[in-house]
Amino acid sequence: MPGNDSDNILHLDAIDIRLQETPLVAIDTRIEPGEILTVMGPSGVGKSTLLAFIAGFLDPAFSARGNVWLQGRELTRLPAEQRRLGLLFQDPLLFPHLSVGGNLAFGLRDGNSRRERHAQIDRALADIGLPGYADRDPATLSGGQRSRVALMRVLLSRPHAMLLDEPFSKLDMTLREEMRSLVFSRIHQENLPTLMVTHDEADAEAAGGRVFRLLPPT
Amino acid sequence: MRMPPLFLLATLIVIDQASATPAPADWSAVEKQAEGQTVYWHAWGGDPRSNDYIEWVGERLAESHGIELVHVKVNDASNVVSRVLAEKSAGNTEDGAVDLIWINGENFAAMKTNDLLFGPFAERLPNFSLTRPDEHPEMRTDFTVPTEGYESPWGRAQLTFYHDSQRVDSPPRSLDALLDWAQHNPGRFSYPQVPNFLGTTFLKQALITLADDEEALYTPVEEADFDAITAPLWDYLDDLHPHLWREGRRFPDSGSAMQRLMGDGELALAFTFNPSAPAAAVADNQLPPSTRSYQLDGGTLGNVHFVAIPFNASHKAGAMVTANFLLSPEAQAHKQDISVWGDPTVLDTDALGDDAKGAFDDSQDIPGSLSSDQSANILAEPHPSWVDRLEEAWQARYGNR
Amino acid sequence: MGHFRRSRLFLMAVRFAPWLAMALLIVPVAGGLAGVIGPAFGWLPALDGHTVSLTPWQALWRQPGLVDMISLSLVTALASTLGALILVILLLGALLETRAFRAIQRLLSPLLAVPHAAAAIGIGFLLTPSGLANRAMSPWLTGWSYPPDYLFPGDPWGASLILGLVAKEMPFLLLMSLAALPQCQAQSHHRLARMLGYAPLTAFLKGVLPNLYPLIRLPIYAVIAFASATVDVAMILGPSNPPTLAVSVIRWLNDPDLDRRFMASAAALTQLGVTVLALLFWWLGERLVVKLMSQTLTSGRRNHGDRLIGGLATGLTWFILGLLGMSLLGLMLWTLAGYWPFPEAWPWPLTIGNWMEAADTAWHSVIQTAVIGLASTAIAMTLAIGSLESEIQYHRRMRRRTQLILYLPLLVPPVAFLFGLVQLQAQLHIAPGWFAVILGHTLFVLPYVFLSLSESYRRLDSRWAQVAATLQASPGEVFRRIRLPLLTLPLLTAAAVGFAVSVGQYLPTLLLGAGRITTLTTEAVSLAGGGDRRLTAVYALLQLTLPAIGFSLAIGLPKLLLRNRRGLQPA
Repeated sequence: MPGNDSDNILHLDAIDIRLQETPLVAIDTRIEPGEILTVMGPSGVGKSTLLAFIAGFLDPAFSARGNVWLQGRELTRLPAEQRRLGLLFQDPLLFPHLSVGGNLAFGLRDGNSRRERHAQIDRALADIGLPGYADRDPATLSGGQRSRVALMRVLLSRPHAMLLDEPFSKLDMTLREEMRSLVFSRIHQENLPTLMVTHDEADAEAAGGRVFRLLPPT
Repeated sequence: MRMPPLFLLATLIVIDQASATPAPADWSAVEKQAEGQTVYWHAWGGDPRSNDYIEWVGERLAESHGIELVHVKVNDASNVVSRVLAEKSAGNTEDGAVDLIWINGENFAAMKTNDLLFGPFAERLPNFSLTRPDEHPEMRTDFTVPTEGYESPWGRAQLTFYHDSQRVDSPPRSLDALLDWAQHNPGRFSYPQVPNFLGTTFLKQALITLADDEEALYTPVEEADFDAITAPLWDYLDDLHPHLWREGRRFPDSGSAMQRLMGDGELALAFTFNPSAPAAAVADNQLPPSTRSYQLDGGTLGNVHFVAIPFNASHKAGAMVTANFLLSPEAQAHKQDISVWGDPTVLDTDALGDDAKGAFDDSQDIPGSLSSDQSANILAEPHPSWVDRLEEAWQARYGNR
Repeated sequence: MGHFRRSRLFLMAVRFAPWLAMALLIVPVAGGLAGVIGPAFGWLPALDGHTVSLTPWQALWRQPGLVDMISLSLVTALASTLGALILVILLLGALLETRAFRAIQRLLSPLLAVPHAAAAIGIGFLLTPSGLANRAMSPWLTGWSYPPDYLFPGDPWGASLILGLVAKEMPFLLLMSLAALPQCQAQSHHRLARMLGYAPLTAFLKGVLPNLYPLIRLPIYAVIAFASATVDVAMILGPSNPPTLAVSVIRWLNDPDLDRRFMASAAALTQLGVTVLALLFWWLGERLVVKLMSQTLTSGRRNHGDRLIGGLATGLTWFILGLLGMSLLGLMLWTLAGYWPFPEAWPWPLTIGNWMEAADTAWHSVIQTAVIGLASTAIAMTLAIGSLESEIQYHRRMRRRTQLILYLPLLVPPVAFLFGLVQLQAQLHIAPGWFAVILGHTLFVLPYVFLSLSESYRRLDSRWAQVAATLQASPGEVFRRIRLPLLTLPLLTAAAVGFAVSVGQYLPTLLLGAGRITTLTTEAVSLAGGGDRRLTAVYALLQLTLPAIGFSLAIGLPKLLLRNRRGLQPA
């Protein structure tokens, strides 16, 4: 039984997504801890639909079958917030009403004392090369800095797997390289199974894992 | 030549009427001037029956005098007073928005003392004499204030009680009995929120009955010892209020609202200023068929309501012709018809010919109506200056709890 | 060249539109306020007030229950706004992306069209001791064969008034919030927070609301201002001993004793102060909440009783919906009722007599209401479109302070400035009637039209215009042939909103029209004070039918006209 996977494996079990009976995406695979599976294809092919299904935001217009297993839990019947998936969006989407530190605190799980949380945030900021940035307004950050904060925010929420939704497409060339290596190295470091959706071949190359190509429906 | 008897009779009536209504020499000039005018009549619009009657008046005036009558429906005549005042303060002395107002009591007193009225005109109206004002002084006094021709009588009102006979066997016929009844039937009686005129009327009715020195009420309040005279009234109300509808913490907005509460069954006993209103409401499905009317044993307050013309009315001739038509036997008989409105006439029917008189006969027996043997004395309204003081004192005692 | 001249003419007209709109909004409000300041300090020559004094204020201060009136106005305004806002927030947070939300949204939107007076009349009919709610339970459950005697609606604490205001303001705030959601990236932020493990409601409260709130702050202030100064709703549902300050102001203004005008003017200014005070309290409350909540926002806690609160919100929303729905049903039954005694829950036999009786006169009011509504909407639409077009042509986005002017007629209590406006109207010899009423309505219609249109207008992709311009189209042509057609749906919606606002106006119609103009609303309110519940119900229903027709046209017309243009269809 696939449900017995208690290792940190993201198991996409016989997934079949359709739009009014037209097959859109079908996938059946296991993503190992630290592995980055790249899903590629031209726009409109259903990459984002697959991601939305796994994350729990599938539009009711679509019908989907199949299961998603992670650490022994079947995710498709859980609400999005209980799936413990870290999703990195195209945009950094830092909350404009919170400081940089506040944004990280937002990701941080609760439980520790306030002092301990502050310390954790300071360490995290230092970790991404932004020491002392806790009180800054996110609007004053550069694009690359924002992306780094967004990544750290996701990691602080201690996800069990990562979903990357064209995470580098809005960055310029030099930043893109830099972010790629940062994101991928963190994923390896934390040993997270990862699904990346992209239409940039360079992303797939840099990820270095398997590539799953979606074809436009004929 | 032999005349048919019927024609003879008709001629006689015409002659009789003509002799009873000597028209002033310039009246035809007034009528001529009125032709083609649009008269804006500001009148309370809360009762569909009076609204329908006014519409009928408009149709008749259009036929007979080429006057277009526009009924401007108002919530309260005092709004109209505000408007005329605003116009005066702006120096608008000729083309005012209001041509005719349905008015009486303190609104009239306010307009008269502030010189907001046109006149005197009432006694120049050919039909005015049909009211026989010399025998009926209430045609020339409005809440003790002499009208001096600044308003023309239109209808009558008398405080009349009504009850649901299925719930109340023998209704209270005096104020003491009313208190006793309310104690045994808590929450089933109320009176409109003062300063609504009907609510204030109830206060005045109670005051006249309870006050030791009744005479003082007919002189300006400044000349009387207000506290001493009204003390029995407040004692009475203090006893009564806990047994009223909503324990006296809220009062119906108006007489019509009180009638609605009767229709809903919330109240079992109420009162009105129009003696035929309960019967009309039964006919109109508003009140239970078991509704009955009566008046208090010692008599109840009554008054006359009038129409007046603002000093700056744009169409004074049209307004006067309208006022005159309102006093015609035709209009008065139609108004008194219980299936139309049921507002009692101000004409002295003895001043009319037999035929015209016949139109006023009201022999129909309609559920809820007041039979003639039940009607009681009319008590005259106190001086209008009492109204404000009573309302203020009531407000101070009960307006805030 | 004619083409060239027409284009210049267009640009000129567009240039003046914002100034005209501002003038229309500022002049009457400022003039009206000026008109009450004089009498409030004893100056009103028509009434022999020739000296400036504080006597009116002393008279006002001596009024019994003044403090209670003021606190009642404050409490009902703040409580009802808070109630409506909390409901909207909880509803958005708990249900935003669910199917139930779409159903609720579909049911709530038409309720926006229900005029305040009609809603209040309906709620009153429903909840009064002899109302439909008790009839449905009597006598089999309650044992009542006559109505019980309890004080509701009209309770001295204003609970029924608060309930009525919440029911009426909630759809408005919800619609304003829905319009603002895309602006603050609500969906992305909400999803992000949920992916970080936050339960839906908590995700909304911590991740969306702080960015949404500034966008709906002005509408909220407008709701506070309205609730603190409403006359018709408070007359129908509010307490009477004492009533709210606004109701008292109207009573004093209408007092036959003309000397009361001075005190009434002072009271009108006090009403303005009360509204300002209510806004100030709210503003302080905002600061307090921000202060108290800033720690909680980043505490990392991901679930603050989500299920419970969300369930509560859903329950309350259905309650409000049920309340309004039953009120409408009650109105309909009353229009068909003959003699309908307590405790019968269904009028029998049904009759159309009430409608027949109303038909003659009602028809007249329907036409007047429609003409005024259409005219004021047309003026407001022209000014709003002109102002928005000028933003595009002259690249000048309206500043925040200018935006505030738009809200002026909604923030300044009508009670405070309309009486002065009537004085002004008389001084300028503007005859009461159509012209004054239509202009007066426009004053209240314009802000709503502008608010409902501005977002779509500003967000319309500017590349359409650029494409057209490169194809040699003049600015006028771009406007006429590109922008207007593309905006068909928002334009029609804005017009429907404006029309609904006009239909609901009571005080401006009454005061500026000198009562000569009767609309369905003036008739309904004047009948509500009378005894005939059936006729009142007929007018209240008609009053709500007109805006409903407007909204259905706004949705139906594009479906019909643009049936071959799927991209422009309503969602």
